[in-house]
Amino acid sequence: MKPAAFEYHRARSVAGAVGLLTELGDEAKVVAGGQSLVAMMNFRLARPEHLVDITHIDGLAEIRREGDTLRVGALTTHRTVEKAELGDFAVLSRAMRWVGHLPIRTRGTVGGSIAHADATAEWCLLAVLLEARIVAEGPAGRREIPAEEFFLGPFTTALEPDELIVELVFPHPAPRAALTEYADRKGDFALVAAAVDLDTDRIVLGGVGPVPTVVRGGWSSGAASRARAAAAADSLDLRDEPGISAHYRRGLVRTLVERAYEEAARG
Amino acid sequence: MAEPRFRRDGAWVGASVPRREDPRLLAGRGRFVDDITLPGMLHAQFVRSTEAHARLLAVDLDEVRAVPGVVAAYTAADLDLADITALLDRPAHEFVPTAMPVLARDTVRYVGEPVAVVVAKDPYAAEDGVEAAVVEYAPLEPVVSDLGALAEGAPLVHAGAPRNTLVDVSLFATEGIDDVFSEAHTVVEVRTKTGRQNALPLETRGVVADWDDRDEQLRVQTCSQVPHQVRTVLARCVGLDEKQVRVTVPDMGGGFGQKCVVGREEIAAAAAALRLRRPVKWIEDRRDALTAAFLAREQRYTVRAAFSADGEILGLDADVVCDMGAYSCYPFTAGIEPLMASAEMPGVYRVPAYRVRGRAVTTNKAPTAPYRGVSRPQYVMVVERVFEKAARALGIDAVELRRRNLITVFPYTGVNNITYDPGSYLESLDLCEKTLRDEGWFSRRSDENRVIGIGFACFSERTGYGSGAFAQRKMQVVPGFDISEIRMDLNGTVSVTTGTLSHGQSHETTMAQIVADRLGVPYDRVKIVQGDTDRITYGWGSFASRSITIGGSAVAAASVKLGDQLREIAAHLLGGDVESAVLEDGGVRVGSSWLSYADIADVAYLKAHLLPKGVGPGLAATASFDVGGDGTFSNATHGCVVELDPGTGGVEILRYVCVEDCGVAIHPQVVEGQARGGIAQGIAGALFEEVRYDDAGQPLAPSFMEYKVPTAREIPDVRIEHLETPCAFTENGAKGAGEGGTIGAPAAVLNAVNDALRHTGVELDDTPIPREAIFRALEVS
Amino acid sequence: MIQLVELVVNGERHDLAIEPRRTLVDVLRHDLGLTGTHVGCEHGICGACTVLVDGAPARACLIFAAQVEGAEIRTVESLAAPDGTLNDLQQCFSEHHGLQCGFCTPGMLMLAEGYLAEEPEPTTEEIRDVVASNLCRCTGYQTIVEAIDDCATRRRAAFQDRLDRSAS
Ligand SMILES: Cc1cc2nc3c(=O)[nH]c(=O)nc-3n(C[C@H](O)[C@H](O)[C@H](O)COP(=O)(O)OP(=O)(O)OC[C@H]3O[C@@H](n4cnc5c(N)ncnc54)[C@H](O)[C@@H]3O)c2cc1C
Ligand code: FES
Ligand code: FES
Repeated sequence: MKPAAFEYHRARSVAGAVGLLTELGDEAKVVAGGQSLVAMMNFRLARPEHLVDITHIDGLAEIRREGDTLRVGALTTHRTVEKAELGDFAVLSRAMRWVGHLPIRTRGTVGGSIAHADATAEWCLLAVLLEARIVAEGPAGRREIPAEEFFLGPFTTALEPDELIVELVFPHPAPRAALTEYADRKGDFALVAAAVDLDTDRIVLGGVGPVPTVVRGGWSSGAASRARAAAAADSLDLRDEPGISAHYRRGLVRTLVERAYEEAARG
Repeated sequence: MAEPRFRRDGAWVGASVPRREDPRLLAGRGRFVDDITLPGMLHAQFVRSTEAHARLLAVDLDEVRAVPGVVAAYTAADLDLADITALLDRPAHEFVPTAMPVLARDTVRYVGEPVAVVVAKDPYAAEDGVEAAVVEYAPLEPVVSDLGALAEGAPLVHAGAPRNTLVDVSLFATEGIDDVFSEAHTVVEVRTKTGRQNALPLETRGVVADWDDRDEQLRVQTCSQVPHQVRTVLARCVGLDEKQVRVTVPDMGGGFGQKCVVGREEIAAAAAALRLRRPVKWIEDRRDALTAAFLAREQRYTVRAAFSADGEILGLDADVVCDMGAYSCYPFTAGIEPLMASAEMPGVYRVPAYRVRGRAVTTNKAPTAPYRGVSRPQYVMVVERVFEKAARALGIDAVELRRRNLITVFPYTGVNNITYDPGSYLESLDLCEKTLRDEGWFSRRSDENRVIGIGFACFSERTGYGSGAFAQRKMQVVPGFDISEIRMDLNGTVSVTTGTLSHGQSHETTMAQIVADRLGVPYDRVKIVQGDTDRITYGWGSFASRSITIGGSAVAAASVKLGDQLREIAAHLLGGDVESAVLEDGGVRVGSSWLSYADIADVAYLKAHLLPKGVGPGLAATASFDVGGDGTFSNATHGCVVELDPGTGGVEILRYVCVEDCGVAIHPQVVEGQARGGIAQGIAGALFEEVRYDDAGQPLAPSFMEYKVPTAREIPDVRIEHLETPCAFTENGAKGAGEGGTIGAPAAVLNAVNDALRHTGVELDDTPIPREAIFRALEVS
Repeated sequence: MIQLVELVVNGERHDLAIEPRRTLVDVLRHDLGLTGTHVGCEHGICGACTVLVDGAPARACLIFAAQVEGAEIRTVESLAAPDGTLNDLQQCFSEHHGLQCGFCTPGMLMLAEGYLAEEPEPTTEEIRDVVASNLCRCTGYQTIVEAIDDCATRRRAAFQDRLDRSAS
């Protein structure tokens, strides 16, 4: 389990990184925390010829509050977010306990999680739940992509190969939001994850489709959390898969949405 | 009963002294195989089969040899090594051997089977080389399950093994057993399938081999539990004399049985080193360890039990099928699991009638080896399920039902022709139940708002298998005895060899404690020498909880002999008689005079002319030990409390209590460590770990993402209570303690889950327990 | 292709000419001879390779050595005194029998060392959560949790002691 050979490039600035990505083309890949990419390279499931290391770029690991908006730099680690005092964005910190384990969280980054686009990854769910915008920089400059349009399929995003994620913008606070999940073993990627925001009445699910899945409410605004959870679960088009039936997955959704509601209500 | 011969009058045995192995391991100064670097060392990796079952049409390594950094690449034909074949002395209808080639020759039989070895300047280049190999297969239909193997018209994994059956034994068949069942008040049946598991030492397998011209030896450093077996097989495979092979074992990061058989890769790497005359290292990576190493535990049981109205067990009728994968392991063969299960199943209960058929089938999966507990975690689980089901059917409390049937009078000779030495079967059950009751778990169990269950497991475990016990299995290679050589050096320090081999079990400490008591020296004056075929006459290594019972007894016997020598010399030097000479305070007292060991050693080595007539120079002794009878039985009762989550089917273990009796504990903290670690592995099997394959025989758990080893979050704290029934025939009164934890845990967990489901009418008997099944059971209720 | 990499490990500077694909754990073990850090999976789950990178526990198998130029790396070899005297954490592991084969131990020690530096007053449950980061196949984890708990308690007591003494 040793990676295939590659050439190493260290970017010192966003422009420099974009320049390298443009110049090196399809055979280049960004490495940030490496917590997904290096594991895949060790299995030789990923074998980029060029690796562009962005961890030495200054200024990409900041968390800034601007009015109602929270901006989280792409290189911010899960652990930094977990320990940060984020006030009415505290749901982000609380959700980090679900991301792997401490030594993963000290290296893994927000931008890396979003770019990696695992359909159960907490950051992907949170971004969609909280209607975040993903700020990407490419040769043509910066653009902002709404999270709901960003994830196209498992491990597939709207990001161009020569673009870099520089930050996530969360446009409004979420004082009454929560994320919860279930896996047989702690620290694993979730079998099913559920995130809810009471104020926007949004539910986002992981593990029920190729991308974070937004469940559009078919419930009345006064419905109890149990009824909403049931409605959310029933709205899904699920199939039996080896090791897990649609019925069980639906049951997990019902349970987890309800529990997320309870946690969100506690704040 | 004979008086126990154990002694605990000294200061050391029974004391949880600091472990001798700790300082180096804590400082990062241990020496594991992968820590070894030799000048000019090369690195091996293997081209492995991507097919579960296929004819090998061509293995083309030309491209491999052109990869930068690759030094050599060999196929089976290039190396021309003898096969590894393990045998039983049983007739052909009971046992069919398999010839396991070191590298696949013309057929591949599982995904991951080594096809060629690539040797390169570093492990990275070796993998580059592996990728460049071109292998042509003609796929054959794979056999991927025990039922598939036994099905009419199934393809054959080995042409010589009809019905894919390697072992088929029918044993005991007590006369009249059919009548027992037809006349019984109640008959219950348990059908169980247990998942394939990986013993999973955290350190994967590995080897460093080099040819030494000066010693004219192939020197092999490998993390093996059985170095002498490696020497024998390696010498045979490459065509060297035994004396031309030296196998040593450095620090080892666990074994649990996976390393107590001889692997193909260490032979291939050593053969490459021999051919290249350069050191070659092979370190198994985790993907290979999860897919291509020796596995275990995939078994299917159909067991019926007959009971009288008042809950007396009348008979046990069992059918056991073990999926042993593609080959028999050396030296145990594919018989290891079915023969263990068949011989021991009646366990701690007075079963008057017994019949069993045990089979090993071969499939296109990675082969199996013994894994901690060998079949006992499975059959104990099945028998304990039998008692739970019978309790329900009879309307008797399950603990009470066990009480009525436990063996209480010892020695007890069972229907399986095994004589059980004294144990505390009933006492351990009583104490375990009382402990949980006193802690309030039974009242919490009745809480309407929670889904809580309590499960028990009673078992004993035969440890200290002597040659006689293994011979009953009809193994052609019969392990059992142990030999120990002890030597005192000039300043009175002691070194002692053991044929056992510690890899986490703390023998450097516990064996030293045994010697320390016998000779009256501090335990840090005693050095344990293990894991070196040049320094140890012959050793069987460490497995089957044999080390302290057998190895520890040999060490004790050698110490006593050395003590006799010391007494004889001292008596002569001090002018007293031997009978009055006693070992005391690191020396010998004769009457009112005393001579230190250093003084005696001084004479024995440097002033030999002062020795008594007939006593040769030097201070050394050799002793061996074997267990004559059926071995000694450790026993325990485990109690487990689980809570189920109706919303997810999740299982949480709220409490775990283990009441164990391994006779005299040389080092209680070490015994507890063995129990806790064993229980964790048992829980892993009950709830988490499974090596699954798809219909094409492709392994579905190639990483720790899929093979779910439990962490500190899943494994509970374990309360341990000790009982002590000393063994009468080991030198220290000790019984084995290495495997018990693993044996009891699956039964305790499964029973607890089923107890929690008691109101649902659903019973779950397979492991690992699927959470979906729990979810569905609770959803309905 | 070869990359020049300058690494600072346990306070010592090393200049290396290595292939950039070499992971930090391989470089520590095989280029620098610091074999105390172990390898158990090379995909981030077992934790045998855990070291401190700028004080934070991290998986050395998921980092290329070239990435951590300029960072402070600490390995298990830094814990004991030069004369071999074990530090308090190591002593607690020994006293509680928190190791059997010792293969997971360096990773567990560095995990705990990094965590306790950041969080000197953890609850037992928090410690258990952190220990769940790494795998141990031998101990069943309980004694590892107890060892770390005990060490944290002792460190707090020693700290209080120093405060009391400087106050008086
Ligand atoms: C044992 C283990 C358990 C884990 N458990 C979880 C879990 O429960 N939940 C979870 O969400 N994650 C989990 N992860 C993954 C972890 O969160 C990773 O940190 C994350 O997926 C990727 O972040 P990274 O910074 O490590 O990215 P890298 O691994 O460096 O990169 C990942 C991908 O993103 C690209 N990329 C990285 N940064 C950028 C950027 N700024 N712009 C454009 N592309 C970029 C890379 O090219 C690569 O394709 C786990 C990982 C491990 C090893
Ligand atoms: S070797 Fe790095 S986590 Fe297992
Ligand atoms: S002590 Fe062996 S793996 Fe932890």
